[in-house]
Parts: sequence; structure tokens; C-alpha cells
Amino acid sequence: MPYDYRPFPYTAPPGLTAPEPRHKVAIIGAGPIGLAMAIELANHGVASVVLDDNNVVSVGSRAICWSKRSLEILDRLGVGDQSVTKGVTWKVGRTFHRDREVFNFDLLPEDGHKMPAFVNLQQYYVEEYLVERAQALGIDLRWKNKVVAVDRHADHAVLSVETPDGSYRLEADWVSSCDGARSPVRGMLGLEFEGELFEERFLIADIQMEADFPSERWFWFEPGFHNGQSALLHKQPDNIYRIDLQLGWDTDPEVEKQPERVIPRIEKVVGHKNFTLDWTSIYTFQCRRLRSFVHGPVLFVGDSAHIVSPFGARGGNGGLQDVDALGWRLAAVVKGAQSPDILAGYDRERVFGADENLLNSSRSTRFMSPEAGVERLFRDAVLHLASRADFARPMVNSGRLSRPCVYPLNAPDADLPKPARPGAVAPDAPIDGGWLLNALGRDFVVLALGQDAPAVPGARSLTPNVNDHLKRRYLGGAAKTIYLIRPDQIVAARWVTASADEISAAMAAAWGA
Amino acid sequence: MALNTKPNIADADGFYAKLLAIHRGLNEAQSHALNARLVLILSNHIGDAEVLDAALALARDGV
Repeated sequence: MPYDYRPFPYTAPPGLTAPEPRHKVAIIGAGPIGLAMAIELANHGVASVVLDDNNVVSVGSRAICWSKRSLEILDRLGVGDQSVTKGVTWKVGRTFHRDREVFNFDLLPEDGHKMPAFVNLQQYYVEEYLVERAQALGIDLRWKNKVVAVDRHADHAVLSVETPDGSYRLEADWVSSCDGARSPVRGMLGLEFEGELFEERFLIADIQMEADFPSERWFWFEPGFHNGQSALLHKQPDNIYRIDLQLGWDTDPEVEKQPERVIPRIEKVVGHKNFTLDWTSIYTFQCRRLRSFVHGPVLFVGDSAHIVSPFGARGGNGGLQDVDALGWRLAAVVKGAQSPDILAGYDRERVFGADENLLNSSRSTRFMSPEAGVERLFRDAVLHLASRADFARPMVNSGRLSRPCVYPLNAPDADLPKPARPGAVAPDAPIDGGWLLNALGRDFVVLALGQDAPAVPGARSLTPNVNDHLKRRYLGGAAKTIYLIRPDQIVAARWVTASADEISAAMAAAWGA
Repeated sequence: MALNTKPNIADADGFYAKLLAIHRGLNEAQSHALNARLVLILSNHIGDAEVLDAALALARDGV
């Protein structure tokens, strides 16, 4: 069944008839990032208004690969179980050169995590679930409210908004710009992306067919069915398959998008005509970002702040990690508990995260789309050797899939397992009655294992019974430990043992970070 | 000694990027010359005749 696009109801906003009181936070864009931002703030007790120029979820599947970290964030927002249940869970990727498998990876080789490595789920489903959740939380969602101007002031911004019933002004202390890769707000502020644009185009198509392809990511270099170029096949729910086909730079995107051009290409990939075309698009490869994501009262989040080439699933997943890093800080600023200066921590950490995503994406792009000359020479040498020597296989780069970065924190650390070091996402583990990550989030937590947790003002204590998973992920060879974990589930500091004063000092530093 | 064909570079993506970067701005002849020098430098570092013979054979395989 094709997706049933149901328009969300537009209602005339109060600002059309009388000036509205100044809002705490206005969110521009009701895509997955804007909606997640609104729900995250609501979870922290902060109301927001969400403005979107459209009144329907994303047309076409667009972002389809949701990483384990994104699923953990979506779980905290209340839509994790739905997303996993509906989505296609996968963890194995296979890369072929011509007809031979040259490399494969398994993204989650261990158990004891609530969320799988990845699920594939069309962006429109994720948006649908987030809209339902936002509505249940009473969030002010305003469809067909198009922001056409942003005036920045020292401590607030004034938005000019157009609706089907006319225009109005809306004031907000903070504006979260979640309006996507082509961000109109970025243009209104006169801000430019910096970085690389690659001379490469891919055709992206969703087809509906009955087939028994496994739930794996298949990527081909130079397959027989697509002369000398690259291709990707990936399964989504509802018998929808994503197919990406490299086109090269010398093709006309408008011509290549036409069904009479697309359908014969896909027939060659799947080997038959028993499919229907659901959606097509063409994209170019870009690896660019804003120099800074914080511009006075305007905060850029997601694709409006940074854009990466695909095949690493680093766009949507990177955006949700932005939400993760911004929500707890912005909520504390709005409540007056912290100075606006702490938003520099959001900027610093997510610029760092974006740069890691940009680096990985541009390396993958160079491999998939090498320039003529020496880049092509080495790429073809790696592919040639990959079927002959083990060392060349991990050099085959068909995309390095999104993993959360480890923030470079200058924080107390101890000789404990490396994956749970300060700056990393706290690894999930089963605990009595549920999962560790479900017991974290929203506030600072002092996680004490093998000892009592010192009482620390402003933090919640958690002392689960130690099991094998907790031991392996948090203790290693140690008999006891204390972790301080931020509201975004990032490890802030850790010790074998610590006093309440030491933990308080680390918490103050984490707010300032 | 046997030729090690198992992955042996900790950050293979980073090394690959450096390998491309060192060629930036060179024309084709200059790139060929750089590659030749690199092969000679690494071969000397390896030294072991058995390893070098195996490497030569692997590089020629399938051509």
C-alpha cells in the first residue's frame, strides 16, 4: 500500500487577531528534527510553538536509515518502540565489486542493547509518529505558517509569518531553525555554508515490489546492471525498496527523473518488471556546514546547520544528535537556571560532531566518485585487491554508517572500559525491570555500581544491581565505580569512587562545557 | 617471513585520505613518479626478499 498522505488541519493562529505574548521558543520546520526538538523541550517542561510552511509529512521516503543512537533518542521522545516495530531491522551490509562480494560488516555484534543497530523506516512514518506524540503533549503545531522574515534582537527575535488568512508577527526569546538543507532562515540571516560540493549526482528511487531480498544493505561498485557506476539496494517496510543509482555529473537531472528513464534502469537492477515506482529524486553530493550553529537568539539544528553526502546515514541521525545536545541546555536557559553562555557548548560539541560526519562522508564520496587520475587509480586498485587480500577489504568505502561521536571532554576519568569514557553515549545495558538508557535522560544521574551513590544536589541517583552487561560495559576489572551522566545520556565524568563535592564540581563543569 | 595481507593499518580511512592528499596538485606524470618513489621507499623498509616477492606477485595477480 502506498502511504496515505493526510493533511494536518490548519487553524488560524491567535496572532492574526491580537499580538501574542512573547513565546519562549519558536521552532521553524516540522520535519523530524523540528518535531523532535519540540518534544525534547516539552520533556524538559518547556513549551514551544512549531511553524511549518506545509501541512503534510515528508513526500517520499527521504531519510530511511535510523541509527541505534537515533532510536535511543526517539525512545526518549516516546516513539522508539513504534519505530522499531514498524521498521525493518538490519545490521549487516554487503559490498560487491561487479558480481563478487568484497566486504561486509556487522554493526551490532553484541547483545544486551534495547535498540538494534539500525532500522529502515521512511521519514514520513517517523514524522507521523512525532506529530502524534507532539499533539498528545499539547505542543502548539502551526501548519501553513510560513516564516518570511527573522529580525534578530539582543534577547529575542521577531518572526514575520504568512498564513492562508494573512500575516502576523510572532516574538520568541529563542528560535530553533530546523528548516532543512535549503533553510530559508539561513538565507534570511545572510549566512553561507562552507565546504565542498562534489560533482556527482545520484538517482534515488523507491519501488514497491514483492521480493525476498534479505534485510541487509547491498552496495555495488561497477555492477553489470549499471554500467561502470555504483548502486545501492535497501529494504524498507511495506514492500518498498530504496534504490540509489550513480548518474555522473554530465547527466540532466530533470531528464533522468522521468519514469521512462528510471523504470528501464530499475528493471536492470531487480531483473524483472514486477514493481511500481513510488517516488524518485535526484541529489548532488555536498559536505558543508555553517561556521557556527548559534547566531544570537537563532539556533541552527539539523540539515539547516550542516549537510553531508548520503551513504553514511549521517544527515537525519546527525540532526537528532543536535537535538540531543541542545534540548537540555536550552531548557535550562529558558528556565533561568543557566546563563545563555552555556549554548556555546552546543555549538562546540555539534560542530565537532558535524565535522566528523563531514570527514567520513567526504571520504566515502571520494571513493565512490573518484576524480579522474590518481584518485581513480587508487580506488580501482583497492577494488582489484579486495577480492585477493584481506587488508584491502576494509578500505572499500561504500559509506561509513552513522555512529555518535565521542565529545572531547576535559573531565575526571579512571581506568574503566573505554566505550563508556567521558564524552561517549552511555552504553545501554539491561537492568532489573528494564533498560539502563530508559532510566537515564532528562536530568543528571549519578550511576553508582558496587557502592552507594553520594547524594548530590541537582542530580538523581541510580544504583542498579550489577549484572554481566553492566560489569563488562561500566566496570571492567574494577569492583566499584561512579559515573555522572548528562541529561543527553552522555557520560560527563567517572571515577572508581568519588565524594559528593567532586561529583558536584564535575556537574558544574558539564553545564559549562 | 610471509607477506602480511591482513588489515594492519589502524585508521585505514585516514591513511587512504592522506595517500590521496599527497598527490593533490600533481599532474599524471608527477603522480606516477611519486608512486614509484613510494614503492621503492616501502620496499626498502621491508627488505625481506620473500615478502617482496610475494608482494610483487600479488600486485601482478589478475592483471
